[in-house]
Amino acid sequence: MSVDKYERIWMFGAGGLIVVFLVIISITAATQAVRPPSHIEVVNPATIAEHPEFGDPQLRVEADGRIVIPVLAQMFGFFPDPLEVPVNTPITFRITSADVVHGFQVVGTNANAMAVPGYVSQFTYTFKKAGTYDIACNEYCGLMHHAMVGKITVTEAPGGQR
Amino acid sequence: MSGTGAVIGGTPQARLAATHIAVAVTAFAVAACMGVLQGLSIADFEFPMRSEQLYYISVTAHGVLMALVFTTFFIMGLGYALTQAQLGRLVGLKTAWLGFWVALGGTVTAAYTILTGQSTVLYTFYPPMQAHPAFYIGATLLVVGSWLWGGVVIASYRSWKKDYPDTPVPMATHGILATIIVWYLATAGVAMEMLLQLIPWSLGWVETIDPIIARTLFWWFGHPLVYFWLMPAYVLWYTVMPRIAGGRLFSDKLARMVFILFVILSTPVGFHHQFTDPGISAGWKFAHTITTFAILFPSFVTAFTVIASLEVAGRLKGAKGLFDWIGTLPWKDPFFLAMALAMLSFAFGGFGGAINAAYGMNSMVHNTAWIMGHFHVTLGTTSALTFMGATYWLMPRLLGRQLALPGLARLQPWLWFIGMGIFSTSFHIAGLRGLPRRVYSASLAGEQGGAWADLAQAGAIGGIVLFLSALCFVAVVLGTWLGGKRIEAPAFEFAVPLEPVTEKGLWDRLGFWTIVGIVLVILAYAYPLITLWMTPRFGSPPFQPF
Repeated sequence: MSVDKYERIWMFGAGGLIVVFLVIISITAATQAVRPPSHIEVVNPATIAEHPEFGDPQLRVEADGRIVIPVLAQMFGFFPDPLEVPVNTPITFRITSADVVHGFQVVGTNANAMAVPGYVSQFTYTFKKAGTYDIACNEYCGLMHHAMVGKITVTEAPGGQR
Repeated sequence: MSGTGAVIGGTPQARLAATHIAVAVTAFAVAACMGVLQGLSIADFEFPMRSEQLYYISVTAHGVLMALVFTTFFIMGLGYALTQAQLGRLVGLKTAWLGFWVALGGTVTAAYTILTGQSTVLYTFYPPMQAHPAFYIGATLLVVGSWLWGGVVIASYRSWKKDYPDTPVPMATHGILATIIVWYLATAGVAMEMLLQLIPWSLGWVETIDPIIARTLFWWFGHPLVYFWLMPAYVLWYTVMPRIAGGRLFSDKLARMVFILFVILSTPVGFHHQFTDPGISAGWKFAHTITTFAILFPSFVTAFTVIASLEVAGRLKGAKGLFDWIGTLPWKDPFFLAMALAMLSFAFGGFGGAINAAYGMNSMVHNTAWIMGHFHVTLGTTSALTFMGATYWLMPRLLGRQLALPGLARLQPWLWFIGMGIFSTSFHIAGLRGLPRRVYSASLAGEQGGAWADLAQAGAIGGIVLFLSALCFVAVVLGTWLGGKRIEAPAFEFAVPLEPVTEKGLWDRLGFWTIVGIVLVILAYAYPLITLWMTPRFGSPPFQPF
């Protein structure tokens, strides 16, 4: 038995579309670093309070000038909070959790990663617009999950808080 | 070919199938009441007893009852009915009832711990949030019951194959068997999560748990789960819907190919749910992206074949123009109407799915209300509305009773389609604006609602329309079951293919494709899981949600 002519055209069209999608994803991954945050690093959640980086997480500027923000997500807040960062500057967020799984989502942007106890999520994001953004927890984490909101202010002055 | 046109109403097999569907409808009714209250709560409408605690308990119950109980019991009942109708046998009726009681016992146990507030972990139950051990054990028993169901259907197929060694298995049974293979491949993941991680940890036998391994095993199960919901809907669209419309199945061979593609592609895709998880390399996320896009293909083919089958129906009724065949279709038949609107919803759901699968765009919508909007238009409409329509078709055939309240049965699919259109569109947009999913109140800590408060309110209105539709559905089911006019049970009739497959071909070699499916699952998961296992890691102690 044969496949109907129109159905064959449709199948080639659908297959072609899928190939086009995958080619676009591959090209952007290779040339523009469009990749999901996939950092692999572990940390002990049981002793997180004494951890040099996450015990008292603070924004820091590395020797090469990069801004790095360690974030500890904990029922029901993000620490440090509030944050202030300069516009048009790459910011590296390093996120972990002290208890259950939380989400870290800068509302209105695609800065979005899971905060998982025992692991460190890391990604770099550049704010293009000054203003105040909410950081929402987007993974159910308990009774006050919805109220787990932080703030990040993006300032106009390059350099910002140092 | 045996089976086509079989009457099974009144037999013990019909009673078995009908009992499963009764449990499914009960779970649906309870979950629907909770759903409407959640919609109101998110939109900040005050009502008596509104509280954070009740909200999160009800989100857990709604998710478990709709996504796991309603679907599983319905699919088990449908699978029994179609197998009996097409193969003329169910081998192991006692095992089937054992499976039913195991699944029901597990469901009641898990539901009890949820409703008493001891397992408010949502239906994704991500550790280290910890539920009562009976929740995990109950959920496992639900799965074990469904495994027995799969075994009974497979045994029936093997027995039939002995009698008809050279005949390709009838199309609907082929689809149900493929569904069962996907279900075994999928549940292997969650069974490992339950038996190796969650149950020992919840009983206190081990102190800590690895949340990333647990999430990986969960999504090994969690994505093929959606095909477990979708494939029975496809079975009905391919084999019953054209029959009701008076058409033919446009391509028997391609329908078989579609189900086999699901068998091999539905499971090695889970990392697209974990794009933003740490601990999993970008390379493996990319590998799963490829398979995720590949699985769009069988759905594209389905769209063509099913619509072409319906066009055949219109042409047979004399339609000549480009589109006038659409008007000739039986839009007044509640079964057909529900299927057609469910298919239309899936067009939107499929586009949304392609967006979610591309991780650049996924970052914008991951864990936002968009996702909630997405699975309500896919599971919540494509599968659920198909199952509701199928209940209208099954009840007379299983119970020997005429469908009661036909006016309500005709109104119900429209209400569901419209309600879900409002609900899902609102939450898709709200999610794009950044509203996180699973929140008690859209104003979050109190002052964040500005960008999406109106959308959450629109979503609540959609939820009320959906609830009215659910009431219609439950009224029709109860009315038919208890007071439907007794009739001679109609026969199960299936669409005749334009060109029937008369010889067994490549797409009928279910055993071979199962092996291919297993190999792909191993390729997709063995390396990442072993690497995770070998890495020195720190487990998490349990936390109770409240």
